Amino acid sequence: MQPLELSAVDLVAALRQGDVTAVQCATAFLDRIEATNPAINAFLHVDREAALSRAADIDARRRAGKPVGPLAGLPVALKDVLCTADMPTTCASKMLAGYRPPYDADVVARLRRADAVFVGKTNMDEFAMGGSNENSAFGPVHNPWDHSRAPGGSSGGSAACVAADMAPVAIGSDTGGSIRQPAGLCGITGLKPTYGRVSRRGLIAFASSLDQIGPMARSAADCALVMETIAGHDPGDSTSLTTEVPRYTDLLDKPLTGVRIGRVPEHFAAGLDPEVAKGVEEAFAVLKAAGATVHDVRLPHAKYGIPTYYLIAPCEASSNLARYDGAHYGHRETAPAGGHRETAPAGGHRETALAARAAGAAAGFESPLVEMYCRSRAEGFGPEVKRRIMLGTYALSAGYYDAYYAKALRVRRLIRQDYLDAFQTVDLIGGPVSATPAFKLGEKTDDPLAMYLVDLYTVGTNLAGVGGISFPCGFTKSGLPIGFQLQAPPLAEPLLLQAADRFQRLTDWHRRRPKAAGEGRA
Amino acid sequence: MGTESRTSAAARPLSSADVAKVASLARLALGDAELARMTGELSKIVGFVSMLGEVDTSATAPLAHPLDTQNVFRDDVPAESLTTAQALQSAPRHDGECFLVPAVLGDSGAA
Amino acid sequence: MSDATPFVTVIGLEVHVQLLTRTKLFCGCSTKFGAAPNTQVCPTCLGLPGSLPVMNRRAFELAVRAALALDCTIAPFTKWDRKNYFYPDLPKGYQISQFDLPFSSDGHLEVVDPKGAFAPRNVGIIRVHLEEDAGKSMHDEAAGTGDSRIDLNRAGTPLCEIVTQPDLRSPQEARAWLNELKLLLVYLGVSDCNMQEGSLRVDANVNLHIPQPDGRIAKTPIVEIKNMNSFRSVERALTYEAARQWEEWRETKAEMGKTPKQTRGWDDPAGVTRAQRHKEESSDYRYFPEPDLVPVTVSEQDVAAARAAMGTPPTELRRDLETTWKISAYDADVLVNQGRELVDYFEEVATKVGEGKVASNWLQQDVLRILKETGGSITDFRVRPAVLADLIGRVTRGDFDTSRGREILAQMVADGRPLDEVVAGMGIAAVSDDDVISLCRELLADNPKIVADVKGGKEQAAAGLIGQAKKKNPNVNPGKVRAICLDLIRAMP
Repeated sequence: MQPLELSAVDLVAALRQGDVTAVQCATAFLDRIEATNPAINAFLHVDREAALSRAADIDARRRAGKPVGPLAGLPVALKDVLCTADMPTTCASKMLAGYRPPYDADVVARLRRADAVFVGKTNMDEFAMGGSNENSAFGPVHNPWDHSRAPGGSSGGSAACVAADMAPVAIGSDTGGSIRQPAGLCGITGLKPTYGRVSRRGLIAFASSLDQIGPMARSAADCALVMETIAGHDPGDSTSLTTEVPRYTDLLDKPLTGVRIGRVPEHFAAGLDPEVAKGVEEAFAVLKAAGATVHDVRLPHAKYGIPTYYLIAPCEASSNLARYDGAHYGHRETAPAGGHRETAPAGGHRETALAARAAGAAAGFESPLVEMYCRSRAEGFGPEVKRRIMLGTYALSAGYYDAYYAKALRVRRLIRQDYLDAFQTVDLIGGPVSATPAFKLGEKTDDPLAMYLVDLYTVGTNLAGVGGISFPCGFTKSGLPIGFQLQAPPLAEPLLLQAADRFQRLTDWHRRRPKAAGEGRA
Repeated sequence: MGTESRTSAAARPLSSADVAKVASLARLALGDAELARMTGELSKIVGFVSMLGEVDTSATAPLAHPLDTQNVFRDDVPAESLTTAQALQSAPRHDGECFLVPAVLGDSGAA
Repeated sequence: MSDATPFVTVIGLEVHVQLLTRTKLFCGCSTKFGAAPNTQVCPTCLGLPGSLPVMNRRAFELAVRAALALDCTIAPFTKWDRKNYFYPDLPKGYQISQFDLPFSSDGHLEVVDPKGAFAPRNVGIIRVHLEEDAGKSMHDEAAGTGDSRIDLNRAGTPLCEIVTQPDLRSPQEARAWLNELKLLLVYLGVSDCNMQEGSLRVDANVNLHIPQPDGRIAKTPIVEIKNMNSFRSVERALTYEAARQWEEWRETKAEMGKTPKQTRGWDDPAGVTRAQRHKEESSDYRYFPEPDLVPVTVSEQDVAAARAAMGTPPTELRRDLETTWKISAYDADVLVNQGRELVDYFEEVATKVGEGKVASNWLQQDVLRILKETGGSITDFRVRPAVLADLIGRVTRGDFDTSRGREILAQMVADGRPLDEVVAGMGIAAVSDDDVISLCRELLADNPKIVADVKGGKEQAAAGLIGQAKKKNPNVNPGKVRAICLDLIRAMP
């Protein structure tokens, strides 16, 4: 039996039944990572020994008849935006290169208690800012379906690792589409839960009112399994919902009869790739055949989603990333690049400090401290992160707050109301997750705005705080995955998973796999 | 408190002086070439997001939280703190007790 | 205002008090003072990546209590905001505070000087809001390094910021008002207001209003004064600054509005304020709503419950004592200023004695004196209220006089023995009337000259008999001796 070929659900069952050991399972995936990662660059950190040791421990406990968690032995990859006390957490940034948090994220702790086996930390766009995973300080991720193409972002590493069978399940984060869009471009299933459904404690913040953690796997059923472990109230997160977590796996097998699915005509404007449009329409047809009804709905303010998002997110980010200043952790730089002007090497002297101050002042800094801040942040952050910090700082600054940030918050309310109004007449909203299939690496990197537009279909979900899932609904002629997205009212994850699962019982797009590593089209 | 007026200034193209001021607020050192490029990029982006001005929001309150939750508290009960070693473990410079940063000689810092 | 002081000093205060919670505002780290550096920290107060805040319920309750005590209106809906700036003692790069919707506003606190040094001053309170404290940045110039040492134990401690209207009119008033504020907040258990430990900090805004010959009022630029470490420093700093601004006005005639608000630091050893380094641009804090915290609503029932749990504030307590025990405003003030525990002690004594004035005297003249000398507190004071009441009763009854009573008290404080034992040990015994009479007869027999003087009209000569009486029997009541001697002399032929 091949662990790499099993779904997470089947793998967990096989592990429970003893058809495979946790060590065998972990070994299979770790070997796969070793073989495949050089071409894909999905992983930033793999700790083979720790994973195998953990797996061995689980096997020993099971043999001894001791209780093991519901995910015992399941290999899981974690986006490097999640704090892990035993692995570095870098957010794919030079700013946090080698950083080790002294605590686990809530989601990480839950998965540990469930006896998942962490195989490593996945690559991402730096600080979750990007739609192609080209903003990583540690190299881009290559789409397993075509290595010359991007996997999407910012959870590009997580998406690619599942698509390339490097892990059955990965955890990602989604602020404006960062789970759903890469899932769509990589032919896998990704769920962004309702805001507050999963704790954000230990999720390195990008935009606090938009960020959510979610599962990425080959199927809705696998996502449902993981959601049972990671969802739930955390008193350490003030925005965490107290609503009880349903048994998502039990709720999957329900027919779609009578489920009303909205279709937004504006989604099909010019700019939507014709093959994608076709794939999406076919998906509607499948859902209809399964008993759902499709109705036109309007989201009148949808076209304002991108500018609203690209104000709110950078504003919150500019504040969330202020802590990366070289003072208490992270990258510190006190001298100009190539220079060496440590203010106080191993107990510096006042004379040195005064000289440093003079030199810094000559360079235009008001003090060595400010110079440290400015240089550390200039060195530590990549260009996209800097751009968003600047944009956010500008939009919050005196004289601009009302026109930009406050304005965006008002439009956000209108966008949210659009969704709530739409959900009066439909139970789900379906449509594309991305305007195009996976684009070429380097295709959009010269034009920040062009890159922002890849989030066109996904930002509304985060702005409204509702849930969304994307899954494959077809392939282009050139063999690239096409994704379909469903969005739902708050806390309707069961319906999202159920609908996606029903679709996946009737189709097998989600079972397709890219050619073996090294054979992907260059 | 006394911050400047927060009411709107009309959207206008950004000058490199504007951008330099923002960079200073954001504590980002920008070289000349970077400043020029950033000015162009930010101008374009700000121009783009200014389309929100089209939307009539006169009757709409801002939405800062997507949740309706209120009144989330914790009890005043001590929880475990980190050890000093843990607190300092990622500090670029420390002396075993405190974080070390370049002194701001003769300044008292922000309010 | 007079020719000598041709200006009015206008003062507003900004006070930060640390709330008496066990833990910090957003995390469960302890707030105990004096711990070793960076031993009371966690991911939240260190601002580590991924950390999140959760509001301390008790902190909010105490903040509401403070606001109610200051007669503020409590907002039914309040929210939290980020104040963004970079400084090493602020690890997140922002402080969670309140900007446009503070939880309370529009209150007042009056300060009255019982000695009448100034007329009662009712100071308006613009707002009271809740925010987190920053850590400590320590720069040791003497150590010669170019570093500052950062201790984040204090980061995240709950603070109430109290901002007054510029209603104070003299440095003395300011100091007195701060004492009143401290008393109030200590009474209500909100804060221990200890400036030495940093649980109360004050900044002052001051300028001068100078009437002009044409009737216009010229106003000097407002100066913010920082770094005052005691209430006395506040008074000294404001006195200095007012004089400095007056001189500056005479030289420059510079008025408010033409220059940006200046900040000056008080240098206590030198006794001067100094201009602080001018910042390149005025701070733009880019306030926006804190996305990690949800808003707080306060219902009328919540406010009523908070009022009920508040306890009696000092102003009310002073009035109660004056009315109930018929003591003077001055006496009530002295007692209340010593704190709740002393007031409780006093009331217990007064109840048992059945009268307030004598109890108040004993407390002020004796108990407080002893406490001051020994540095003790009323809660540890060996002589409990019932015993003191007993002692006072015996003095009133005439078992012994006040000075004997003092000796007895001192003995009880020194060795903790019960009252009866001390009395007996000092050989104090009640002297019967018959014994007093026979003693007096002895004295009169021994002192014919004094008898003659008294008979001749000089009653005060009888005072000479008291010392002798005490030598013969220390337990006699001098007043009784004098009275009986005079009676006997009058009865003589």
